[in-house]
Amino acid sequence: MPFVTPEFLPALPEILLAVMACLVLLVDLYFGRRHPSWVFLLAQASLVLCALLCIALYPEEPTTTFNGTFRSDGMSAVLKVFMILVTYFVLFYSKFYLDVRDLFKGEYFVLSLFAVLGMMILVSAASLLTLYLGLELMALCLYALVALNRESSMASEAAMKYFVLGALASGTLLYGMSLLYGVTGSLELDRIREYQSVGGEIDIILVLGLVFIVVGVAFKLGAAPFHMWVPDVYEGAPTSVTLFVGTAPKIAAFGMLMRLLVDGLAGVQGDWIEMLTILSVLSMAVGNIIAIAQTNLKRMLAYSTIAHVGFLLLGIIAGTRAGYAASMFYVIVYALMGLGAFGMIIVLGSKGFESDRLDDFRGLNERSPWLAFLVLVLMLSMAGVPPFVGFWAKWSVLREVVAADQVWLATVAVVLAVIGLFYYLRVVRLVYFEEGQEAAPLVCGTDVKVMISTNALAILALGVYPSALLALCVTALG
Amino acid sequence: MTDLYVWVVLAPLIGSVIAGVFGKSIGRAGAHWACILGVGVSTLISGAAFGHIVLEGGAAFESTLYHWGRVGDLTLEIGFLVDPLSATMMFVVSFVSLMVHIYTIGYMRDDPGYQRFFSYIALFTFAMLMLCMSNNFLQLFFGWEAVGVVSYLLIGFWFQRESAIRANLKAFLVNRIGDLGFLLGVAAVLFYFGTLRYSEVFELAPSLQGATLSIFPGADWSVASLICILLFMGAMGKSAQFPLHVWLPDSMEGPTPISALIHAATMVTAGIFMVARMSPLFEQSETALSVVLVVGAITALFMGLLGLVQNDIKRVVAYSTLSQLGYMAVALGASAYAAAIFHLVTHAFFKALLFLAAGSVIIALHHNQDMRSMGGLRKYMPVTWITSLLGSLALIGFPGFAGFFSKDAIIEAVHLSEVPGHDFAYWCVVIGVFVTALYSFRLYFLVFHGKERMDEHAREHLHESPWVVTVPLVLLAIPSVLIGWIGIEPMLFGDHFGDSLFVLSEHDVLARLGDSYRGEAAFIGHAFATPPLYLALAGVACAWYFYMVRPDLPALCARRLAPVHSVLVHKYGFDLLYEEVLARIGRGLGSLFWRIGDRILIDGMLVNGSARVVGWFSSLIRQLQTGFLYTYAFAMIIGLVALMSLFVFLRMQGHS
Amino acid sequence: MLSLPHFLGLGAILFCLSVAGIFLNRKNVIILLMAIELLLLSVNMNFIAFSHFHGDLAGQIFVFFILTVAAAEAAIGLAILVVLFRSRQTINVDDLNTMKG
Repeated sequence: MPFVTPEFLPALPEILLAVMACLVLLVDLYFGRRHPSWVFLLAQASLVLCALLCIALYPEEPTTTFNGTFRSDGMSAVLKVFMILVTYFVLFYSKFYLDVRDLFKGEYFVLSLFAVLGMMILVSAASLLTLYLGLELMALCLYALVALNRESSMASEAAMKYFVLGALASGTLLYGMSLLYGVTGSLELDRIREYQSVGGEIDIILVLGLVFIVVGVAFKLGAAPFHMWVPDVYEGAPTSVTLFVGTAPKIAAFGMLMRLLVDGLAGVQGDWIEMLTILSVLSMAVGNIIAIAQTNLKRMLAYSTIAHVGFLLLGIIAGTRAGYAASMFYVIVYALMGLGAFGMIIVLGSKGFESDRLDDFRGLNERSPWLAFLVLVLMLSMAGVPPFVGFWAKWSVLREVVAADQVWLATVAVVLAVIGLFYYLRVVRLVYFEEGQEAAPLVCGTDVKVMISTNALAILALGVYPSALLALCVTALG
Repeated sequence: MTDLYVWVVLAPLIGSVIAGVFGKSIGRAGAHWACILGVGVSTLISGAAFGHIVLEGGAAFESTLYHWGRVGDLTLEIGFLVDPLSATMMFVVSFVSLMVHIYTIGYMRDDPGYQRFFSYIALFTFAMLMLCMSNNFLQLFFGWEAVGVVSYLLIGFWFQRESAIRANLKAFLVNRIGDLGFLLGVAAVLFYFGTLRYSEVFELAPSLQGATLSIFPGADWSVASLICILLFMGAMGKSAQFPLHVWLPDSMEGPTPISALIHAATMVTAGIFMVARMSPLFEQSETALSVVLVVGAITALFMGLLGLVQNDIKRVVAYSTLSQLGYMAVALGASAYAAAIFHLVTHAFFKALLFLAAGSVIIALHHNQDMRSMGGLRKYMPVTWITSLLGSLALIGFPGFAGFFSKDAIIEAVHLSEVPGHDFAYWCVVIGVFVTALYSFRLYFLVFHGKERMDEHAREHLHESPWVVTVPLVLLAIPSVLIGWIGIEPMLFGDHFGDSLFVLSEHDVLARLGDSYRGEAAFIGHAFATPPLYLALAGVACAWYFYMVRPDLPALCARRLAPVHSVLVHKYGFDLLYEEVLARIGRGLGSLFWRIGDRILIDGMLVNGSARVVGWFSSLIRQLQTGFLYTYAFAMIIGLVALMSLFVFLRMQGHS
Repeated sequence: MLSLPHFLGLGAILFCLSVAGIFLNRKNVIILLMAIELLLLSVNMNFIAFSHFHGDLAGQIFVFFILTVAAAEAAIGLAILVVLFRSRQTINVDDLNTMKG
């Protein structure tokens, strides 16, 4: 078999990021002590470069390269750009967080870059092998990031739980992949799909493999009942890592879901729609209900994430192109909102103080009216109150569900969302109507404030003008 | 063009946000510069738009800025319609607003809420311009509510004052009644036309002729009348028409620049503007026109009478505003929309002038507003004096001044109208002229002439206000004198408004009036042959005799005519009626419903009950999250096994 | 003669063993790490069996990658274990419940 040089161009952003990540590692090794900010600046520069490259290489037609293992199409390009954008913000907040706590280390940025690389490979996977490698690259970096603060026993406990359950989930996913391989005889997602379209009668083993795969993906998304790691990891990890774990990987997990189920397993769509329906209802219920009883904001947001995942799945359950686009819109919007919410915890914190209890938000309006207003925007958007973008996200997935004649599901979702309103509004009440205790002074600088303002105002602006992003999602999915 | 018009509304909004959010860090000067620049930009562009569309006769501009969303077949959108009507409003609103902004620098100099105040008034300007420039009902409603909100914020600006809070609440409640009607009207429009865009609604408007709907069996209502009366209810609230007028005099608790900007020149005219904008709808219903005419006439005469017995300088001007709004409504009812807008424009200038002059007097007397302790201010405050005199002359319709042209046109138009109720309306507005002259010059003589009744301490500190106060006075005095001369021919009889106002030919009183129109001078000459002029002069003479020659007479009259005086002092008992009777019934019913419906059914069982159930449930199922790794793993396995059995094992059995 | 179902049966048994190891074990975290290795081995068994019976090499190549990743995973797992032990002086699974609810 003659060796054919693969086409490198579609994978250029990944290649660039891999090179840059290694370079950052070297820079940290030689200059990390004397010029710690170089690592940060270089990491940010590589992200910007990579994002620009993604935009410049936006594929008009889906292209597959590396012997059918890597695909670059509209969806992967858009998801990549948003993952990089989110990570860019995350690293910015992180620098502030780490600086204040003397945790500033080069590894943090190297690991983040590698995690982004993993996510990019994940959403571009055209074969089970690439998908697995991207997933593990992302996951391994995240485990290490959670354990970054070696002094904190909570962080190490969280990391251990995350690691064991994550390994269990990827084991399950792999088992499912092996069954798919066994039935179809191929690792390429396109072949797997073709097999189902010719086969006629669907092999029951294929459905068994599908179950395992759905479980693996549900774990990564944090859908109930595979959600239990989420609150513990969010609470235990350093807030900057929570910020990262809670945002960009969600976009990547959405990409993974699309690749596996829509690209690879379209033939058993009926089955996975039913499975996801169960997961979605459970997630919305568990997330919204347990969140009410929380006193720690990070934990509350973790449960809110679970509820949001339930909503996000609704679009996929609709099973149409428009539904997928609505879900994609939802996940991007969710990442932006999560970024703002966790970013706010970072902004309000200071050395030796995490500001992650709900009580720390009491009377924020007196300490800083502007930040209080931003909290209001973020919470209302998460709750899905118009005119913020969270409303449009919920609206678009619900519309698709109704269009798919699943009115009961939409009704359940709306009822659970109303229950969810309660705990978001509680935060607003704390911020505006409760007396503050003596609180640590705000130490954040102008740059972080500008970041968080941009973030929250983007949510406001998208709420007023949602159609552009929605249209982008629709065109990206072709 | 779109880009340019966007800045008309955006510039004040940006100014408002800057002043509101960064108020502390940019300081007082920063705040007022940000807002004044913002409103200045609006004024410049509005002026350019006015020049382009009205003076040069350019085409009207309509464009949808963006689609906000879609609900069913209905698109929610923001769009601008800049035609002669809205261009006129834009120009008046932004110009008066700019003057008020400048004036505020002086008036609010010592107030701790300086930046907040600027933020509010710039926000108001934004909302009002949104209302005027709208091309659909939804945006109109948005602007309508937004100006309302800012107005409440401003009436209660001095929220430490008990009376300010009460006035605030009153304005809020009374406006809710009007807004309810307005909202129902918009809903009816949506129901019948299926669209909210003006152009599409107006195109379909003639189809309403003869359409009826029966709300109660046996009673068929004309759809056009229903829609128009509902919409007019909104106008009654916002433009303080009888019987929803009670909030406007109380709103004088707000700072004076607000009274000038919101409660005289702009916001209260929103109702008038709205009816004029809806002229294609109102023309379809003679009933609605008749309602507008009669309500306006009642407001015009009876609110003016109340001005005679008030002693608070701002309240006199407030009642005068009510009365003038009545005149505008009368013009609308007579289908003389152009005359209504013309009066709106002239009134905006001279009433803002009168308010700001009153404010200037109030500053000079250290926030004392009682006219009984004023007098003889002429020699201390020459600029305020002259400009007030000009404003008062304009208000009473002295020949040649702005108010003369617009008010006489309205009276003549009513005279020619054949809408039911026109006789009543005609007498109301004619007698109203006498009353207007009487209370205006009562105020003028009491404040600027006669004995100096203030105490020694106040007299020592009397001096003319600073330039930031007097310059707006002068700048407003100029149009108060001249705008009538300039405006009458194009606005009433020319094609100033193009096709932005629609009048059926059988209603077109202005056209008939135009047939006999022979130029401004002849119009003045004609006035000498009609009663209003002599009534106005008689009013001035009466005021002079009562308050200059025989200052003891008013008290004597009050004693002799005690019943009448008492009715007037109690404002015909409306406040009493609302507060004692209606509010009490409302409160009684409310608390009954609250006790039965809310507390027991909704709070007890639904809200608190379900909140308690959810909370209890929440604390129960959070126990599942034990914190142990093996529980978490176990949950995953359970999930896996459950999915497997549902989708694989059960199905295998089904197959075999 | 061994046929495909035998290999698959072995893979399934290994999978179940490792899963049971993860949620039954309440003592030592190291046993969890071993169970995870076993999990990956069961998958490898499946892949190799399928690869052989399909006559397709891709499955075996996948196994090489899984082995590599497993090594990396073990490294990270042990590193977290060390951190955990240093901060708590215990690696008992039963003690890992400071965060719950």
